[in-house]
Amino acid sequence: MIGRHKHCLALADFSKEEILEVLDLAVSMKEVLRRPIKKVPSLRGKTVVNLFFEASTRTRSSFEIAAKVLSADALNWTASSSSVTKGETLVDTAKNLEAMRPDVLVIRHSAGGAPGLVAEHVACAVVSAGDGAHEHPSQGLLDCFTLRERLGSLAGKTVTIVGDVSHSRVARSDLFALTKLGARVRLCGPPTMIPAGIETLGATVHHRLKDAVEGADALVMLRIQHERIGDPLIPGTREYSKVWGLNAKKAADWLLPHCVILHPGPINRGVELAPEVADGPRSVILDQVENGVAVRMAILYLLAGGVHGAGAGVGAGGEAGRAQ
Amino acid sequence: MSDILFIEGGRVIDPASGTDGVRTVVIRDGRIAEVAERVERPRDARAVDARGRWVTPGFVDLHVHLREPGQEYKETVETGARAAVAGGFTSVCAMPNTRPVNDNASVTELVLARAAAAGLARVYPVGAISKGSEGQELAEYGELAAAGCVALSDDGRPVASSALMRRALEYARAFDLPLTVHEEDLGLVGKGVMHEGAASTRLGLKGIPAAAEEVMVLRDLALVELTGGRLHVAHVSTRGAVRAVREAKRRGLAVTAEVTPHHLALRDEDVAASGYSTDFKMNPPLRSAEDVAACREGLADGTLDAIATDHAPHSAVEKDLEFDAAANGIVGLETAFAVCLALARAGAFGERRLVEALTSGPARIFGLPGGTLARGADADVAVLDPAAEWTVDPARFRSKSRNSPWKGRRMAGRCVMTVVGGRVVHEEVGGER
Repeated sequence: MIGRHKHCLALADFSKEEILEVLDLAVSMKEVLRRPIKKVPSLRGKTVVNLFFEASTRTRSSFEIAAKVLSADALNWTASSSSVTKGETLVDTAKNLEAMRPDVLVIRHSAGGAPGLVAEHVACAVVSAGDGAHEHPSQGLLDCFTLRERLGSLAGKTVTIVGDVSHSRVARSDLFALTKLGARVRLCGPPTMIPAGIETLGATVHHRLKDAVEGADALVMLRIQHERIGDPLIPGTREYSKVWGLNAKKAADWLLPHCVILHPGPINRGVELAPEVADGPRSVILDQVENGVAVRMAILYLLAGGVHGAGAGVGAGGEAGRAQ
Repeated sequence: MSDILFIEGGRVIDPASGTDGVRTVVIRDGRIAEVAERVERPRDARAVDARGRWVTPGFVDLHVHLREPGQEYKETVETGARAAVAGGFTSVCAMPNTRPVNDNASVTELVLARAAAAGLARVYPVGAISKGSEGQELAEYGELAAAGCVALSDDGRPVASSALMRRALEYARAFDLPLTVHEEDLGLVGKGVMHEGAASTRLGLKGIPAAAEEVMVLRDLALVELTGGRLHVAHVSTRGAVRAVREAKRRGLAVTAEVTPHHLALRDEDVAASGYSTDFKMNPPLRSAEDVAACREGLADGTLDAIATDHAPHSAVEKDLEFDAAANGIVGLETAFAVCLALARAGAFGERRLVEALTSGPARIFGLPGGTLARGADADVAVLDPAAEWTVDPARFRSKSRNSPWKGRRMAGRCVMTVVGGRVVHEEVGGER
């Protein structure tokens, strides 16, 4: 359980305390991850199934490593496409997997709400690894974790999210989590990429990059997907990178000295981020990847029946792990 | 069964004749013989005690999907007609998007034959605007009219070609058939699955802007001016569409419009509150609070002439899916009265206006005989208990399908008796549900 939640589906439903429960536990998990012997028995005998209906190497690997460090058995089930074309419904697929008695189902799907639909039909815990343009809760949590590492408390901090907000589940999860932790969120992008009514969720909307990034403590640069060009949301990546992309000069001229840069990956180098910025000192992109494993360990630990209370089981498990 | 029926002591609401008061309705030989305050009841007449009830003309629904032929696992003409009379509807207009499409006399005749065999509600087929509803060639309106179609529609799909729509409006004039149109610009709809607004943004579902409906309504109003054709706008759902119809009527155009109970009662935020329930997925989608308010106002002021259910049965095969993948539509015949009565009671529109929009309003649009308790009219009557409380349990629907957003909802208002042509076709024994 994470607070009241048996599943991890949407940060919109999480309270500040529930978010902090995961983030605090992830601190201990990161410590485990950095040990020479990265194995604790906390989830020994538990099974985690990764059910991915969309291609994703990074998130799936991150969940898989998180499960394995905690000694859970991890199984990857990659469905080639959506349930409709496959001939078996999502609910049937989930029930079949459920019959194999997993403890946690990690689901990525192209349809918003799909993990919630599965959760209604199975007894085990369900973790969303991203559903359509709805949410990507573990990404939102790992972004908050990374920001807290760099900035301390997020209360009163300003975070700017730049890019295709309308198609971004990362933007939504970040927005929900950051606002709950007290941060101010600015959204920036071409008007075609800012979804209707987003300002009702507590963000301010900007269309000029300079206005959006000046005074910000952190930037989240979203990936621009090439298929959006024909959509047609933008005329092309060339213009996008000129107007909304971040290069070294804009960073030097407009950003506060301590402002850090996040990106959920994979980066389109030269589109939303110039290489020298992606690889520069402000970038915390690789920290995000490492922290992703720690945060996912915390999520799996809490949902797969780890002893409640931050770090308790992990501490004990850590001892046992070292003894082996 | 006696040939003479006395429905006594109920509040008779018959907007067509301006009646609203306690009366006795006398039915003899299948027709309304008399509606009067005091009538002597002969000994061989059957008496129905309607005290505390409403007695209205049987409801007329311009927009239902009965799925036969082709998708009998969702609904048949018989089960649809059974659901209709259970909800107080004595006349329903069956949309042509069956398999095959009702674009020829054989399909029309099949629907009519099945309806006659069922002997429940009157079923009026609606023929297709274009062959196969594919939007390419005109269907044969002469044949459809002769076979018994009362209107034309490619419902479920818009007529994308303005040129075809122009010719359809013109050609239909020869047969005095109205066109009932499903208005959406498919380019603006794109892959949208719900109304575009804060709720779709929060849920990460692709949005359908209100403008997708409005641009097509405005296009077709311009085509009515060009052609002099008769246009009926199906399931109006946006503020802009209500405004466009209101303004067109003011200019004297031959346009009418309907609204569904769900677009009057529910909004886009209900999709979010339901947790992606596909029983809240329909087309047009549930709209914003402003749109809902405009639809209620449009019904109250007569801009919207009729309430139509858009009864759209689907099975779990189409509905127990991801929101993106699920079929559009909900069943509505058995909940329409209670849903709308609650709105009337909350002051959205008057009770008499509600009855009018379910009876004479729609009947007039397609020129159907029902919708009135005038002396000599076919005796199509609904007896309604506005106080009866019940919980919506889709397992008890007469419809074959269960896709209702009101599942589990406590409601007030039920149809307790339905009479078609003087025959009692539905009767609820006290205390059901």
